[in-house]
Amino acid sequence: MAWLNVGLLEDIPRLGSRLLVSEKGNIALFRSSSDQVFAVQDRCPHKGGVLSQGIVHGCKVTCPLHSWIIDLAAGEAVAPDVGHVKKFAVKVENESVFLDLP
Amino acid sequence: MKSQREKLVCIGNGMAGIRTLEELLKLDSDSYDITVFGAEPHNNYNRILLSPVLAGEKNFTDIILNDDNWYAENNITLYKGHTVTEINRIKRLVITKSGESVPYDRLLIATGSNAFIIPVPGHQLQGVVGFRDVKDVDVMLEYAARGGHAVVIGGGLLGLEAANGLMKQGMSVSVVHVTDVLMNNQLDQVAANLLQTELEKRGVQFLLSAQTEMILGEESVTGVRFKDGREVAANLVVMAVGIRPNIELAKRANLYCERGIVVSDTLQSYDPRIYAVGECAQHRGLAYGLVAPLFEQAKVCANHLAKYGIARYEGSVTSTKLKVTGIDLFSAGDFLGNDQTEEIVFKDAQRNIYKKLVIEDNRIKGAVMYGDTMDGSWYFQLMRDATDITAFRENILFGKAHVGDAGHGEVNQIASLPDDAEICGCNGVCKKTIVNAITGQGLFTLDEVRKYTKASASCGSCTGLVEQILANTVGDYSTAPHKKSLCSCTDFTHDEVRKAIRKEGIADIFALMQVLNWKTPDGCATCRPALNYYLLCEFPGTYQDDPQSRFINERAHANIQKDGTYSVVPRIWGGLTSPKELRAIADVAEKYHVPTVKITGGQRIDLLGVKKEDLPKMWADLNAQGMVSGHAYGKSLRTVKTCVGSQWCRFGTQTAMSMGIELEKITWGSWTPHKFKMAVSGCPRNCAEATIKDFGVVGVESGWELHIGGNGGVKIRGTDLLCKVKTDEEVVEYCTAFMQLYRQEAHYLERTAPWIERVGLAYVKQKIVDDESGRKRLAAAFIESQHYAQTDPWAECVAQPMAFKPLAVLKEEIA
Repeated sequence: MAWLNVGLLEDIPRLGSRLLVSEKGNIALFRSSSDQVFAVQDRCPHKGGVLSQGIVHGCKVTCPLHSWIIDLAAGEAVAPDVGHVKKFAVKVENESVFLDLP
Repeated sequence: MKSQREKLVCIGNGMAGIRTLEELLKLDSDSYDITVFGAEPHNNYNRILLSPVLAGEKNFTDIILNDDNWYAENNITLYKGHTVTEINRIKRLVITKSGESVPYDRLLIATGSNAFIIPVPGHQLQGVVGFRDVKDVDVMLEYAARGGHAVVIGGGLLGLEAANGLMKQGMSVSVVHVTDVLMNNQLDQVAANLLQTELEKRGVQFLLSAQTEMILGEESVTGVRFKDGREVAANLVVMAVGIRPNIELAKRANLYCERGIVVSDTLQSYDPRIYAVGECAQHRGLAYGLVAPLFEQAKVCANHLAKYGIARYEGSVTSTKLKVTGIDLFSAGDFLGNDQTEEIVFKDAQRNIYKKLVIEDNRIKGAVMYGDTMDGSWYFQLMRDATDITAFRENILFGKAHVGDAGHGEVNQIASLPDDAEICGCNGVCKKTIVNAITGQGLFTLDEVRKYTKASASCGSCTGLVEQILANTVGDYSTAPHKKSLCSCTDFTHDEVRKAIRKEGIADIFALMQVLNWKTPDGCATCRPALNYYLLCEFPGTYQDDPQSRFINERAHANIQKDGTYSVVPRIWGGLTSPKELRAIADVAEKYHVPTVKITGGQRIDLLGVKKEDLPKMWADLNAQGMVSGHAYGKSLRTVKTCVGSQWCRFGTQTAMSMGIELEKITWGSWTPHKFKMAVSGCPRNCAEATIKDFGVVGVESGWELHIGGNGGVKIRGTDLLCKVKTDEEVVEYCTAFMQLYRQEAHYLERTAPWIERVGLAYVKQKIVDDESGRKRLAAAFIESQHYAQTDPWAECVAQPMAFKPLAVLKEEIA
């Protein structure tokens, strides 16, 4: 595990998201109302919508393009839609957010 | 696991009982040990689809709704083929014929109904059957295999479906009916005659006004004799004269019954531990025989079994379809009328089309349609919502599509459409996909079809078609009157939520959700933007706008595009610009390598393909040249489109440009339930197309005409004339008052057109034209809220650009 410090928790708005730009494709970081942080590939399995721009509710995000709902904890679209989105391990320590890039 | 789970017993393994359990398990899967008794030796199957099974269009296995796994996975103990003979209410036990005895804490009775067999002599002969369950169908198929003649007693929905099926299986069929009107519970004489002619063409014979005297035969049936002396030979007699709620068991247990088991709005019988749903229950004097009401009851009953205790069943309004392939027929409400009602009728004998609406006080009370039922669901909705039809009464029989729905051609006869006909033009869904989803997944509601197929889930213009396919496939279609919750996070309606906001005075989304018992911790992408808007509208000065509850376009003050880039539209007041502004726009377009520059329909310039992080920089440059956000992204005032008016035009009667600019200066920045567009034309030639705008102003020699509720999008709707005024000041006052009324009373995401159709033009006129002091109050409230709304969002974001940048850029070497 190579944990990478990517920024401060307070810089991600509650029920909001921030983007990590990476050469292997962008990663969306989400923060729930209970301060859980999720990291997934910023690409909706439906038509490639930028999930980081969606509305966050519970541990889910609604894609801004066609309103698919993605369960961020599972990395899967919520039924009846079917689709997988790549997850990344993430943790919060001392108010900082760490990401494990494979 | 809880130590002491309560015991729930369900008597009846049919659609109503099992649906209630499914709804219960969705809410609470842990409170009960559940036992189900079913008299039939099958799992729960879709009884409505027995007609297609009889007609050979489906197999029995196609119509099973819950397989063995479902019962197992949900830890439900199922007793198939066990008839319950006794309910001991003192000891709280259910006892079966075979001697099983199971205790209950709560009991659900869903015993359905029985086919009514007329007790004429001979009714017990072999070859006399009802049409109720799969056993009856098996008997009919067995007889049909031998050919011969069948007599179906009863020319109602079920009887005609039975006749159609038996004929398809190769029998010759006579239908016997007591009156001279087929389906007299659903059809009037004219529609019944059309139906009869069509069925006769297919080979069904009819004996009308015939009362059965006896069924002939020794052991097996050989014929039927009627009271007027006529006789027909028969190898099979199907009794399809109606159903009777199956309440023998309840009666024996001394539960209060009338026609059915009498239940309250919580679906409880007179014994509060005992619930009843479905065809065996009688609610507010009615026992329903259609599927949709059962499901509405199931939902409410489950809510109480789960001890949420907030739902009420208030009855259903129902509509009917005949499931005979190739026949389009629709009926709803009071289709016969009385001396208080009027009729609007359309009849085209050559095309075999008949439509009748029964109207009372400009509201639809009932409808009968034959041949073209495309608009059945629309009429049904108007009827349910008691919509005032004055505004479109003269065109109503030509249907909703006549008013101009885009995207699906001239489809109006669903039953005759080929499988590959495209129904939903937005998502490319064809008829077959929808039918397969309905039958394959066991769907019953429009919402379910939308979820599974996406049909009608985008612009919604094909909703009527999808509802028709649903009705055609499932057999009936109905919903509870009025009440439609804001989203699945709550049972409250838009209006109830707004009322609560006013009453409780809570200016915080999450506090509001808590007070209103939201079912989800922080709502969803449907309710949060709605609540944010309602609070903003109610408390313009004090409510703290929640950006995370806004759709991305309003959060980023730009329109998201399919590739994740954004578009930038500067405000061009009234569509009038200058070389300086054009130069500024050209400069930013070049500086930020904007790939596409487009003139919009609202007389603005759209810069498309901008990266999110460039947005604040572009805005700063535009701000520096005196330009502000055009709000082309918002549920807000969009544009005021103008023609050149009397300043240049030789026909112009009024100064359209300056009027437009004044309106835009006063109204920009205001948030509205949905987007709000205006236009000002300088004369009745109306070059600014003001009569398809939310608020349109048309200059005439003597002043201005004010038009409202137009729409040029999915559904073309010309405006309604609100009134004529003389001065520019009056235009402003009426315009702001109208916007404020819309802001305060429309549902979130409801355009002015459907809003006005919902509340009625007369209502809006009364509020804006007749009530002078009310109008002035509305206009003042609008101006007051504009104090807080008219700040350029671009300038605000330029000051805080952080949210537009990535949190970090990860380089390959450190990763």
